[in-house]
Amino acid sequence: MSPSLEEPTQVELNAPLKSAPKLVAPEPEHCPGPESNQAGKSDACAGCPNQQICATAPKGPDPDIPLITARLSGVKHKILVLSGKGGVGKSTFSSMLAHGFASSGEKMVGLMDTDICGPSIPKMMGVEEETIHVSADGWSPVWVADNLGVMSVQFMLPNRDDAVIWRGPKKNGLIKTFLKDVEWGELDFLVVDTPPGTSDEHLSVNSFLKEAGVDGAVLVTTPQEVSLLDVRKEVDFCKKAGIRILGVVENMSGFVCPKCTHESQIFRATTGGARKLADEYDVPFLGAVPLDPRIGMACDYGESFLDNFPDSPACKALKGVVRRVGEEIGLGRHELLGED
Amino acid sequence: MGLDNVQNIILVLSGKGGVGKSSITTQLALTLSLQGHSVGVLDIDLTGPSIPRFFGIEGAKVRQAPGGWVPVPVHEGGSRSNETDSSISSKTIGPLSCMSLGFILSSRSDAVIWRGPKKTAMVRQFLSDVQWPPLSYLLIDTPPGTSDEHISLLETLLKTTTPSQLSGAVVVTTPQAISISDVKKELNFCKKTGVRVLGVIENMAGFVCPNCSECTNVFSKGGGEIMAREFGVPFLGSVPIDPAFVTLIEEGTRPVYPKGTMIDGEEVGTVQAELQASESPSHNDLLVGKYTSCSLYPIFNSMVKAVLEKADDPQS
Repeated sequence: MSPSLEEPTQVELNAPLKSAPKLVAPEPEHCPGPESNQAGKSDACAGCPNQQICATAPKGPDPDIPLITARLSGVKHKILVLSGKGGVGKSTFSSMLAHGFASSGEKMVGLMDTDICGPSIPKMMGVEEETIHVSADGWSPVWVADNLGVMSVQFMLPNRDDAVIWRGPKKNGLIKTFLKDVEWGELDFLVVDTPPGTSDEHLSVNSFLKEAGVDGAVLVTTPQEVSLLDVRKEVDFCKKAGIRILGVVENMSGFVCPKCTHESQIFRATTGGARKLADEYDVPFLGAVPLDPRIGMACDYGESFLDNFPDSPACKALKGVVRRVGEEIGLGRHELLGED
Repeated sequence: MGLDNVQNIILVLSGKGGVGKSSITTQLALTLSLQGHSVGVLDIDLTGPSIPRFFGIEGAKVRQAPGGWVPVPVHEGGSRSNETDSSISSKTIGPLSCMSLGFILSSRSDAVIWRGPKKTAMVRQFLSDVQWPPLSYLLIDTPPGTSDEHISLLETLLKTTTPSQLSGAVVVTTPQAISISDVKKELNFCKKTGVRVLGVIENMAGFVCPNCSECTNVFSKGGGEIMAREFGVPFLGSVPIDPAFVTLIEEGTRPVYPKGTMIDGEEVGTVQAELQASESPSHNDLLVGKYTSCSLYPIFNSMVKAVLEKADDPQS
């Protein structure tokens, strides 16, 4: 039989996510997902040993969503950091955003890492060796500062180099636990860092947080077309999923040689870079952050770049972006970071 | 059918995104082709396929034939009539073809929003339904992480191929600690699944300023080598950032270097420019022809040799 060349169909974006029924066999190819409304009824289900289980599983919205909404009711602003491409600086930017929000000392900030297979946030925040505590109220996040808490799968691994070899449903389960069982308390901001792509993690975060309300998503990209290509897909995802795009940040734009101060475009914006992409889709352009080797160093040592090099051009650019994000979610220009 | 025509399968893996898996895959493929091997590239990054862009064949579509999909050809095999480096590569170039989900989507900005089981089905289909021409090497470019795509890929490969076909994996990293900690997870993944690691490549190690030829370690240096030693796997080499390679991919212009550019203590400046003039135009317009002028080509040429030695040596 010759395979079909038809355009692949998308999964249901609004499929209610609830705890998946216990399956007796692995999910078949083209499985609509045991959580889907089509579970047990679609063409792929014919002959599947799970068919009966899926078909009789309770349908309707996930009973855990109200619990998540209740748990997060004390969080004022929820911001997703997304990018279709890997390694463009999502985690770096998320950690800077969290540091930036927290720097005034008055706001409470939470940072959640939903990258299950490659969690970077703990290292960047300098809390790699920490583990989480479980109390009667739920899991306590790891506190980097008095007003900055972090949650990541890394804290749960017995050996930090262990590979987390999980398929989608298991990852969804963990993300749900992070949202449902982590005791964040009263927060002004919750920054959610995501893995690259448009797959399980993104769908789950979106469906779980829909009720609780997400302020929007910040898209991170690098200037070259190879990266913009994937970010366009992410814009498409946000549109389809109904997530507001707070804006696009261009990271690693331009590198100033420390010897001759000549600026080179390492990742050259041959197609106009993020600015043009933002125009194209009519979303705000939040700013461009230059490539500074000290940002990478600060992340490797788990220090805050904003505190260590407050006078560098990259830091000024980052602060500008943090302020713009604040403006987009309806905060005054000087509510964040204080006066300069 | 499927992978029967393929002699050796090499995976390109990395736990971290954006370290240059696709860029390394592209260069490995071009180098293998320049050494006269027939090469195929399979891109199983479903939500962010970059391979079509790298080979400059974004507009191409996959053709359907009775029994399967025909991969998109990048260039045919043929004789290579230049005198640049007759010592380090053969006179003929091998044919090169690619397969990616990017060739099936109707618009390049469409998002593929899939959950695990659908991705699994697609990966299986890519492995079983693509009618590869006879290939010496099939490079498989993977998405970042250790999740659905990787599990399905290895399950299928371990089931349908012979151990001599599955040569092993090349692991790509960048030098900074953040990246190393993710890539260590990938090495553990290889260990758990029993895939042989052919070697570690450290990408983006240093950037040579085109103005003053000063080499800056943008993402620090040396992390890849230390990690390789720690895990007891071969270290294949460091690849610097070369803006000329990016320009070659983005604009298709042949790399030209200013006088005095030094990489690894060798001058790659004007020599190349002089040689260009003497080349006959046969393969000059192809990506593979232009790539011979890139400063990264000699680095890859020796790395590919090291990989092939490992791959041909059945148990080491």
